[in-house]
Amino acid sequence: MAALIKVGMADYKVGRGPSTLISYGLGSCIGVSLYDPQTKIGGLLHIMLPDSTQARASDNPAKFADTGIPLMLNDVIALGASKSRLVAKLAGGAQMFAFANATDIMRVGNRNAEAVKNILRRNGIRVIAEDTGGNYGRTVQIDLDTGVYKVKTIDRGEKDI
Amino acid sequence: MKDEFDLSPLQLDALREIGNIGAGNSATALSQIINKKIDMNVPKVAFVPIEAVPDLVGGPDVIVVGIFLRVYGKAPSNILFLMPQKSAFYLVDTLLGKEKGTTQSFDAMDESALKEIGNILSGAYLNAFFNFTHISMLPSIPAMAMDMAGAILNVVLVQLGQMGDKAMVIETEFLSEEEGINGHFFLVPDPGSLGTLVKAVGVE
Repeated sequence: MAALIKVGMADYKVGRGPSTLISYGLGSCIGVSLYDPQTKIGGLLHIMLPDSTQARASDNPAKFADTGIPLMLNDVIALGASKSRLVAKLAGGAQMFAFANATDIMRVGNRNAEAVKNILRRNGIRVIAEDTGGNYGRTVQIDLDTGVYKVKTIDRGEKDI
Repeated sequence: MKDEFDLSPLQLDALREIGNIGAGNSATALSQIINKKIDMNVPKVAFVPIEAVPDLVGGPDVIVVGIFLRVYGKAPSNILFLMPQKSAFYLVDTLLGKEKGTTQSFDAMDESALKEIGNILSGAYLNAFFNFTHISMLPSIPAMAMDMAGAILNVVLVQLGQMGDKAMVIETEFLSEEEGINGHFFLVPDPGSLGTLVKAVGVE
């Protein structure tokens, strides 16, 4: 039976088809998926922040793009995915509240998206789809049987990327 | 380094008591505005793992209306007032003298009314903090969004996430049973602000 596996904030899960990985209610956070279409192995990571340079040693590495992506990458490869076949998709990175004098931290969504793409590029992973920005929340899921990445919103319907 | 979250039971009690008085002020203000009885529960002062905060309001994908204010001063913080969508609709009906069930989405007037409620609740709440700490905490103008609880909470959690994995939240639930209105009021001190507040209260 196809399992629906929940991925919390600052967390990641890996698996294989026919499982589906889902993460609820992303604002400025980003849901990054990796997928190997041949083995149907993939993962979903829910990051909050672009980089861990200010982090303490005790911090959870899945919270940051720069530490979370390599972790998930290792895990999907360990499961049997081929790095050369892996493709990435990402969604999220919104700015929920519009403030005239928005501080950097309120625009963290943008920085998250940039950081994720840089780190994927550095690891030689292709980004094949993206749905980022805006001022609305997203629930994201990846079907590991098909690689379809679904983005659900409240007022803007849902789409497959 | 001493963890900022490492508070004595007495200090926690002091924060809870200030939260209690602040919430009492807010509930009284809200009750007078809508001319209905408002109950509140004893505030929770809790240290929760950041990823567990959305569960306090029913889960990350529940649709809520959030009113967000940034608090400036010596103890910068964030205030977030979250209401289930239905509660916010009822509240607008009550505030603007419409028949209950009229509001199904928000126009500019409705949003403005809700933001004003956020303003008044925050002012009443922060007043209590000032009385105990003599630290002035000045709220920004409010911003509002209706979306998934997880997405709205992101705004405050990200800030905390930079420094650690835990959030200190002072949380109160407001409830008006006959009106079907309830809401959660969060005061989330920035990293470093909690120490400033506790110190100013003067409890060891």
